[in-house]
Formats: sequence, structure tokens, C-alpha cells
Amino acid sequence: MRREGRPVFLNLFKIRLPVPGVASIAHRISGVLLFLAIPLFLFIFQRSLQGEAGYAEALALLRHPLVMLISLVLLWSLLHHWLAGIRYLLIDVDVGVERTAARKSAWTVLVLAPVLTVIILGVLWL
Amino acid sequence: MRGGMSGMGAWLWQRLTALYLGAYILVLLLALVFSGGPSAGAWQGWMTHPGVLLASALFLGAWLMHAWIGLRDVVVDYVHPFGARVTVLAAVALFLLTCGIWGTYILIQAASSWA
Ligand code: HEM
Repeated sequence: MRREGRPVFLNLFKIRLPVPGVASIAHRISGVLLFLAIPLFLFIFQRSLQGEAGYAEALALLRHPLVMLISLVLLWSLLHHWLAGIRYLLIDVDVGVERTAARKSAWTVLVLAPVLTVIILGVLWL
Repeated sequence: MRGGMSGMGAWLWQRLTALYLGAYILVLLLALVFSGGPSAGAWQGWMTHPGVLLASALFLGAWLMHAWIGLRDVVVDYVHPFGARVTVLAAVALFLLTCGIWGTYILIQAASSWA
């Protein structure tokens, strides 16, 4: 079935999707994840306000391994969406529209979101 | 999908709500990180403060509006058959409406601790 010249595997490093495109798709994905997580935020928030016992229960829930994994994804989503959102708002008011500036800011957002995620969870978890 | 929340109005609201959500979340994250994780008393003290409750009520409204406009944009991009689109949008609206009622209830509960 193999035809001559057909690539055997996809080298992801050779596919050059423009960086602003990656940041943009991630902004959309993070927005949908944050939308899906609204009930989780509400649930933990509600528990956390129900006296000492409720607060302890909310913290215990946040320490559940599965919830910790979800928190990791959601905090990244929040930070990426926040940073990329601010980037869009700046571009809307004509700041950083130019091609190299737009590439640079997209890189910054893509790198900064995971770095801040690790720092914030480090402070809150350790 | 004309009227109400569409076109330029929605575009602008998406940005106004983004600014408010962004500011609220920034303050909250900074408070959480710099307190190193608050005690139960401190946390509940912040969150039942009348000014904070007001800010949270505004946040709830802005949050749901932002999510509605955003999700609608996503759905309109990917779900094309009319029936399917209307069904998915109705499910999103119902989901957000439920969250709105629940969120309002949480804030009323929080307010009743001092009222
Ligand atoms: C935490 C809850 C949030 C949820 C559930 C949420 C959800 C969404 C969704 C689903 C979209 C549509 C994405 C798309 O069309 O590709 C969107 C767009 C947007 N969001 Fe958020 N968002 C949230 C917070 C924020 C924050 C804090 C900011 C700002 C700092 C922000 C800024 C934006 C902007 C500027 C857009 C418009 C992008 C465009 O029109 O291309 N969002 N949001």
C-alpha cells in the first residue's frame, strides 16, 4: 500500500504552524476547558465557605490526585487564556500588531503560561 | 442569530467582560499566592466582605456572559447543521443558566453570614 515518497512518520518539528496560530488554538481550547470547569469552581467555592469543616473538605478535595491533575490543566488554561486574552486586547488597540512583535508576544504567552503554572502550584502545594 | 447579543455588541461585551474577569482573577491569584494559602477564617472573611461579595456578584454575571459569547462563537464555527447547532446552543444556555442560579445561591448564602 505504501507509495513512493509517502512520509513514514510525522516529524512534528518540521511542521511549521505559525506560532500565533498555536497560541490562538490554545486560547480557544483553554476557553472551552474553563467553561466546562465552571461547576467544579462553583462546587469548591461553595464548600470552602461552609465553616471550618467545609473549608477543610474543600482543601482535601483539592489534594485528591485526580483533582490535582485537573487543577494543573485548569490553572494552565486560566493563565494561557488570561495572557493570550490580554495579548488580543492589546492587538485590538493596535499594540503589537506587526508581524515580528505578534510572533514574539505569542511565544511569550506560550512559554509564560506553563512557567507561571508551575510556580503558582509550587507555592500553593508545597 | 440576530439581535440581542450578536455582532459588534457581543464583540465589545466579550472584551469588557474579559477586562473585568482578568482583573478579578489577578487580584484573587495574587492574594492566594502571597498569603501562601489563607486559613479558613481569613478566606471566609475576604469572601463574605460586602465589597468583595459585590465584586463576586459582578464577576458571576461577567463570567457567564463571557462564557456564553465565547462558546457561541466556538459552536457557530464547528456545528453547522441548523438543528444540531440550536440543540448544542440550548444545552450551553441551560448549563450556564443553572450555573448562574447556583452561583447566585452561593453568594446569597455567603451574604447571610453577616446580613
Ligand atoms: C475564567 C473563565 C473564562 C472562560 C470560561 C472563558 C471562555 C472563553 C471562550 C470559550 C472564548 C471563545 C474562544 C474562541 O472563540 O476561540 C473566549 C474568548 C475570549 N476570552 Fe475568555 N474566558 C474566560 C476568562 C477570560 C479572561 C480572564 C480573559 C482576559 C484576560 C479572557 C479574554 C478573552 C478574549 C479577549 C476573548 C476573545 C478572543 C477572540 O475574540 O478571538 N477570557 N473566552
